[in-house]
Amino acid sequence: MIIAIPAEEKSLDSVISVNFGRSPYFCIYDTEKQQSTFIDNEAAGRPGGAGVEAAQNLVNQKIDTLVAFRLGDHAAKVLSGAKIKVLKAVNLSIADNIAKVLSHSLEELNEVHPGGINKG
Amino acid sequence: MKIAVLSGKGGTGKTLVSVNLAAVADKGGYFDCDVEEPNGHLFLKPSLIGEEEVTSLKPVVDMDRCDGCKVCVTACVYKALAYIPGELMIFDEICHACGLCTYLCPQQALKETKRVIGTIRRGERGSLSVHTGKMRIGESTGVPIIKKLLKKLDDDLSIIDSPPGSGCLVLETIEHADYCLLVAEPTMFGAQNLALVHELTRVMNKPAGVLLNKVEDGLNPSELYAKEHDLKILASLPYDSYAALESSNAELLVERSEKYRTFFLELLKEVVDEATLAAQR
Repeated sequence: MIIAIPAEEKSLDSVISVNFGRSPYFCIYDTEKQQSTFIDNEAAGRPGGAGVEAAQNLVNQKIDTLVAFRLGDHAAKVLSGAKIKVLKAVNLSIADNIAKVLSHSLEELNEVHPGGINKG
Repeated sequence: MKIAVLSGKGGTGKTLVSVNLAAVADKGGYFDCDVEEPNGHLFLKPSLIGEEEVTSLKPVVDMDRCDGCKVCVTACVYKALAYIPGELMIFDEICHACGLCTYLCPQQALKETKRVIGTIRRGERGSLSVHTGKMRIGESTGVPIIKKLLKKLDDDLSIIDSPPGSGCLVLETIEHADYCLLVAEPTMFGAQNLALVHELTRVMNKPAGVLLNKVEDGLNPSELYAKEHDLKILASLPYDSYAALESSNAELLVERSEKYRTFFLELLKEVVDEATLAAQR
């Protein structure tokens, strides 16, 4: 299973980013290899469409599960279309959230907020 | 002569000033570019001459042709497209109808179709023509509506009632203006928004002057801003509950009060003189 988590810094000790589309980095964790990599979120600086682009990039990374605090409806549509499960993050480190995914102690994230709020 | 009336925030009195200026001019055109909530027609009460739809283009995909190459997804400047196995998702609310995806698609799987995003109403009030743009609820941008609305601008005197703020819609609205009349409130927030919209006029190289509205005794941050930034104060309107009441009943002040009729006639002359001077510079 491959897990993605929005990260404020490139470290497993980092806190989770509260934003999805404009999170600075994503932690990609491969549960079989027990390996984590951190990728830059190219969508972070976008005035609009950040959620769609970030979701597309995670689809391209072939992730199975996303852990996040909140999610816009556009991003949610892309992720659910790609059958990616979204779990509600807890306010702890990246490493703690990975451990909680593995112990099946995170709930699914069901509520989404309207996306595309920044339109010029 | 095209005069745009704008302000950095809503509720400063743009429409009040615009409709009263247009009413005393009694000729030329009034253009309501506040397409998200146009209300100038409520004051001017024009007889309707015609109505037309404004359309925008949106891409639609033929999944039988799409091979999932993602050229469109990568190219889209606004990130309105996403590809997941078996499906190309198109987010209309994010799409700006630039046509790039359709142009680039190697499989010709995308084509553009028209969709209605708003309407334009044209009417008359005596010799004054009244043009109103109205955006459909839920649309992301009224820019195409303003573009089409202002195609009817000519060399006659035109009063252009701008949307609030200093974003894309305002930029589009003042593009063809000869002069910008900035309406400002006597608050800190009012002065900050005045500064934003003043900066926009400078970036776009438009001559501008300010009308201080709702002026009361005491400190006026907008007045201070204007004096510190060499922005000419064309006139001041004191706060007046009579004016507020008449306006909330959609009455034109220039028709209800000789004092206001004189004020707006003088303001119109002042604005036209300033615009003429600026044009000669």
